Amino acid sequence: MKILVCISHVPDTTSKINFTDGDTKFDTNGVQFVINPNDEFGLTRAMWFKEKQGANVTVVNVGGPETEPTLRKALAIGADAAIRVNTEAKDGFQVAKELANVVSDGGYDLVIAGRESIDYNGGMVPGMLAALTNSNFVTNCINLEIDGTNATAMREIDGGKETVSTSLPLVIGGQKGLVEESDLRIPNMRGIMMARQKPLSVVEPVNAPAETASVKFEKPAPKGAVTLVEPDNIDKLIDLLHNEAKAI
Amino acid sequence: MSVLVYTESEQGTIKKSAFEAASYAKAVANQMGTTVTAVTINANNTSELGTYGVDKILNVSNSDLDKFNANTYASILTQAAKNEESQVVIISSSADSKYIAPILAIGLDAGYASNVVEAPSSTSPFTVKRTAFTNKAFNMTTINTDVKVVGVSKNAFGLVEASGNASVEDFAPSIPSSGVTVQSVDKATDKVTIADAEIVVSGGRGLKGPENWGMIEELADVLGAATACSKPVSDLGWRPHSEHVGQTGKPVASNLYIAIGISGAIQHLAGINSSKVKVVINTDPEAPFFKAADYGVVGDAFEVVPTLIEKLKAFKAQNA
Ligand SMILES: Cc1cc2nc3c(=O)[nH]c(=O)nc-3n(C[C@H](O)[C@H](O)[C@H](O)COP(=O)(O)OP(=O)(O)OC[C@H]3O[C@@H](n4cnc5c(N)ncnc54)[C@H](O)[C@@H]3O)c2cc1C
Ligand SMILES: Nc1ncnc2c1ncn2[C@@H]1O[C@H](COP(=O)(O)O)[C@@H](O)[C@H]1O
Repeated sequence: MKILVCISHVPDTTSKINFTDGDTKFDTNGVQFVINPNDEFGLTRAMWFKEKQGANVTVVNVGGPETEPTLRKALAIGADAAIRVNTEAKDGFQVAKELANVVSDGGYDLVIAGRESIDYNGGMVPGMLAALTNSNFVTNCINLEIDGTNATAMREIDGGKETVSTSLPLVIGGQKGLVEESDLRIPNMRGIMMARQKPLSVVEPVNAPAETASVKFEKPAPKGAVTLVEPDNIDKLIDLLHNEAKAI
Repeated sequence: MSVLVYTESEQGTIKKSAFEAASYAKAVANQMGTTVTAVTINANNTSELGTYGVDKILNVSNSDLDKFNANTYASILTQAAKNEESQVVIISSSADSKYIAPILAIGLDAGYASNVVEAPSSTSPFTVKRTAFTNKAFNMTTINTDVKVVGVSKNAFGLVEASGNASVEDFAPSIPSSGVTVQSVDKATDKVTIADAEIVVSGGRGLKGPENWGMIEELADVLGAATACSKPVSDLGWRPHSEHVGQTGKPVASNLYIAIGISGAIQHLAGINSSKVKVVINTDPEAPFFKAADYGVVGDAFEVVPTLIEKLKAFKAQNA
């Protein structure tokens, strides 16, 4: 089984979000970039398929040279090969088009992407990729088993979960649950050394046009100060929630 | 030409998020000088849709569609949008709608913007405001394709009533087969879900252990709220993963969010920030949550919460 894990390279969750160039660009100054958390769960599940079912795992990112350390980290965690599509995509559609090209070139059976990336939160790339490559698709995926070309997946739905059966080729949008938090791996020295020998190929983009464009960023308006209520005056809290906030 | 909106139903009942999507569709239709067409799939009662600005309903009823299927549903919406020659298709932010949207966008060669929080600031170019960086910022985005798919965030645009009646037409699209088959659904029907809840009561590590969740559930019960928790609480196995909210968990966009024994780490706040009113109960006045909250009680949850439950019961009895 050939698995492709899509890795988006995103600001660490603790990052302060600021913008430059008249609020048109994300300010990367001092920002640590990491593997998108949803993709980290997916990558870890892919390692399980590699170790238990002999799968071959390639990781891919659509982005500039600055994303290579993130791909090397995925190699250090255990992926066999990495691909970087050398373009700074303007929207999720462009990313999906580039990934579709990688998928058809490489003949992957299973594509593991994340439910959403925590920077743009589009939640669009995996579904678009599945539609573009005529693959089956399960998002919000919290469990995945593969048996030959058959797959059983669990999807989180509002208020519960759903078990589905499907088959390869398959694209999933993964999230926490796909593996446990405690299964996540930190690259060790040996992994880091081995990653240096593994192939990271840079491929040129197909350059599909974007469909949407980011015009400008805005920060939320600063919030007013908190209204404190004494613990022995809970009636006041109820009064405020009812009459002022109109929330109860 | 009309603006198309997918008005999702659950066991035949149209969801509140669908009325919000319809309200949004109406605002777009007004800006573009056109009407609103809604698509319903196996809904029992569609009459309320007119109240939220829908002019025409394409009513699909087919027992093969009882189980949700993203591909099939996306195909139905694609066919409806093509029939109506819609340039704009509106969809809500439920788990199912978010599943459909990207497939629909490809089917319609449409650009897609998700998590949209306001009516378009302009329809030419078509420009919308969406959340980005998990609610730490907003992004103004233009959709430059002829057909556009817009995913509307929960509780951001709100319900807007319009006077009107919707005409109903039966719609019988072709139903393609799908490579994904639902085997089983495991869903607690007696509990309010985080996605649909108006009020969410959430507990953190300050509650010390799973045995102390009784008061959280009771508080939620009194308020008709859903229960949620911080990430360490679900990692420790005190509560199920499905209750984990925050940047890497579920997003919360409720009217009221009550955080009990939660410090207010940036990853937690990111996921709950789009809730309208936030209340924190925490022993530590320095807890970062106090900077994000509207109302706060510096106090011990084990004293404050039981009092709150008791007083709320009295309040509810009085206001019933
Ligand atoms: C990559 C990454 C992603 C993350 N994603 C998320 C996420 O999605 N969601 C999330 O929640 N976290 C997330 N976190 C974790 C986050 O950084 C915090 O560690 C977490 O939110 C803290 O949870 P907590 O507030 O329950 O616990 P703590 O930080 O331990 O806070 C407990 C609070 O309870 C208070 N307290 C103690 N006793 C009482 C009492 N008797 N009564 C009242 N208050 C009391 C304390 O004063 C304290 O403020 C993420 C972290 C990382 C690194
Ligand atoms: N530039 C990218 N390169 C590779 N994969 C990506 C990229 N952007 C998004 N993805 C994948 O698509 C998922 C969802 O991203 P998004 O649609 O942007 O929310 C991510 O979790 C990744 O798996």
